[in-house]
Amino acid sequence: MHIPDGFVSAPVATAGIVVAAGCVAGAVKATNKKMGEKQVPLMGVLAAFIFAAQMLNFPIAGGTSGHLIGAALAAILLGPGAAILIMTCVLAVQCLVFQDGGLFALGVNIFNMGIVASFVGYYVYRGGAFLPGGRKGVALVSGGLAAWLSVVAASVACAVELAISGTVPLGVALPAMAGVHALIGIGEGAITVAVLSLIMATRADLLEMEKA
Amino acid sequence: MRFKWWHGALIFALFLALLSPLASSFPDGLERVAEVKGFIETAQGAVFEVIPDYVMPGVGSEARATIFAGLLGTLILFGIGYGLARALKAKKSEA
Repeated sequence: MHIPDGFVSAPVATAGIVVAAGCVAGAVKATNKKMGEKQVPLMGVLAAFIFAAQMLNFPIAGGTSGHLIGAALAAILLGPGAAILIMTCVLAVQCLVFQDGGLFALGVNIFNMGIVASFVGYYVYRGGAFLPGGRKGVALVSGGLAAWLSVVAASVACAVELAISGTVPLGVALPAMAGVHALIGIGEGAITVAVLSLIMATRADLLEMEKA
Repeated sequence: MRFKWWHGALIFALFLALLSPLASSFPDGLERVAEVKGFIETAQGAVFEVIPDYVMPGVGSEARATIFAGLLGTLILFGIGYGLARALKAKKSEA
């Protein structure tokens, strides 16, 4: 869902840069001096994993592919502030080094796949704690749901930005973007659940670290 | 140095980068929508290029060039993520 330059207008791109910069500053403030010893390598490997996994496009219906965003997984493990920082690093490197996502569109891309996806993923996961059932099962179900919804929410944000830019009407962009990303989100949910179960089986303590 | 859990995790991420040539080359969700709804032409090229499209320039085989780009990016992101988290770390160490 990396927006290239040209898809969004200059005002939308500028607004994206301003909002993203503000949120990243807030995320730095929220996480500063709060990182535990175990979280330092976790943040490194999460950034590395998300970058590598984002390269692995999987085919979905109709000659279309999708890839992991990873913001929900990062937010579940480290909280929304750290997730926003991880996604900003990934998106900035993809943009600056690999020319994936436009330079002027970096702000809107951080907004969609970093900020929107992290917050939606985090709060859906936290909200899932009220579901009945065993703790592990609840964490996996709400984690999968959080991941799926984070992708759909990011695609809705992207559709709104395209519409405000005058690139494509909202009535066209919204159902098309949300529809295709409802399918891609299933992949996001599956990968997120798989990684969460792997962590539960090997290092369950990493899941207990993020307590609001 | 003792083998720690995150060494395994980093090796796993690097292993994923090795698989990058197997990725689907179909357009992604946004590209597909842009093609179908007729606004793909509004996309502009990059202002500058370093390793465009995850293919390392100057490497003969495209699969190998993609793997190099993937391994490089994965290591860069590990370094940035680790370094950033270190900078944000709590003053007193807690284990």
